[in-house]
Amino acid sequence: MAATQEEIVAGLAEIVNEIAGIPTEDVQLDKSFTDDLDVDSLSMVEVVVAAEERFDVKIPDEDVKTLKTVGDAADYILKHQS
Amino acid sequence: MSPTNRTVVVTGIGATTPLGGDVASTWEGLVAGRSGVTPLTQEWAAEQPVRIAAQIAVEPTEVIPRPQARRLDRSAQFALVAAEEAWADAGFTAKAGEEGAGVEPERLGAVIASGIGGVTTLLGQYDVLKEKGVRRVSPHTVPMLMPNSPSANVGLAVNARAGVHTPVSACASGAEAIGYAIEMIRSGRADVVVAGGTEAAIHPLPMAAFANMMAMSKNNEDPEGASRPYDTDRDGFVMGEGAGVLILESAEHAAARGARVYAEAVGQGISADSHDIVQPEPEGRGIQAALRNLLASTDLDPAELVHVNAHATSTPAGDIAELKGLRAVFGDDADHIAVSGTKSMTGHLLGGAGGVESVATVLALYNRVAPPTINIKELDPAAAGLADVVRDEARKLPVDGRIAALNDSFGFGGHNVVLAFRTV
Repeated sequence: MAATQEEIVAGLAEIVNEIAGIPTEDVQLDKSFTDDLDVDSLSMVEVVVAAEERFDVKIPDEDVKTLKTVGDAADYILKHQS
Repeated sequence: MSPTNRTVVVTGIGATTPLGGDVASTWEGLVAGRSGVTPLTQEWAAEQPVRIAAQIAVEPTEVIPRPQARRLDRSAQFALVAAEEAWADAGFTAKAGEEGAGVEPERLGAVIASGIGGVTTLLGQYDVLKEKGVRRVSPHTVPMLMPNSPSANVGLAVNARAGVHTPVSACASGAEAIGYAIEMIRSGRADVVVAGGTEAAIHPLPMAAFANMMAMSKNNEDPEGASRPYDTDRDGFVMGEGAGVLILESAEHAAARGARVYAEAVGQGISADSHDIVQPEPEGRGIQAALRNLLASTDLDPAELVHVNAHATSTPAGDIAELKGLRAVFGDDADHIAVSGTKSMTGHLLGGAGGVESVATVLALYNRVAPPTINIKELDPAAAGLADVVRDEARKLPVDGRIAALNDSFGFGGHNVVLAFRTV
């Protein structure tokens, strides 16, 4: 069963917490991975791979660049999850 | 004074070793003659011919925040722990360039070496590749496994911009890093350099490889007694892990900020055996050359030499070749040199050895105490005839006057590095 937006944000929050040490409650839709959540370009790859696995979705490298905020990522996953 | 002939001093020390998570606990262990060697209880160790090692006393992940630790190879974690202790010990309260730091980034360098580099990351990620596929290989793999990673990460931590370097010479790497740092300051390129060595190679592949070279002790039944430099029955080294770091500084810079000075870093002597890729030259020819280069390039007075922290890995050939070299160069002056083999306690930290043993050498001078060589049941007669080995218990060094000490490090490939320190 496909995940809801709320479930996706909660999942992303756990992933970002694991990788960047940011408290899960700080991971909100409007937060920028780079500017707000201490996720640099290499760590972003880790976030994407973890998200792919968790939500059964493929996020090609060219699409990763468009995912600036947690909301961008949640929308992308919502639309592409199988 | 010309910028190419500046006096270099040690103003900070840091270490994380099999004896303790900092300098104080490591030094206490060394003076007490405590062994850091333990059985390897990991599952992979069961099928190894060598099932003992000197494992780190305090896991670096207990000290470094998790998000930072997970993107550092274990060798870089050790280096960072030791460097941060040394940095604070030198009286620096902020990174270079920040308010109250006491040094400009452009005048600060970092030279941290390891013998093998990020080997646990390399092999761990190869396991990931095979077991979980290409996509799961960590994007941090390359910056973690590259041999300059400890140096680069320490450089980032203190904001070093005068140069960040990584000399690689197997088990001489840590000492060569300190020698390189001394030259950076002496030549005027930097005022302060964070320098030392680190190693994290207790992993099934390096353990199997060193064991198959017949370089390591197979005394699995007696871990604490296995590393026994100069003992008649010594049968190879015991692998250790950890890091040791010095803060080296020009004497003027240290004086200007009122820093405590542990010792003067007098200089270095370097040579190469060009004899065999792994076997030491049996007469210590290359070691003699390194010692003569040291005497020719510094004003070190052999009459002041009272202590050598020997390379002494507990291999049959290497331990004696080193003593032959010391005797050949110093002659009767070798009679007043207390020789300590601290690998009897720490194991052999490979590229980390020169760092940790330089910390020990500096403290031996500062505290005027030579740590013991433990585990000598029967002193090899060949050693007894060549040197005054400090065995069983620590020994006081002369309480008066200026005294000097050496730290010897030699590496596979025929690298010989001798560092000289003396009291101020």
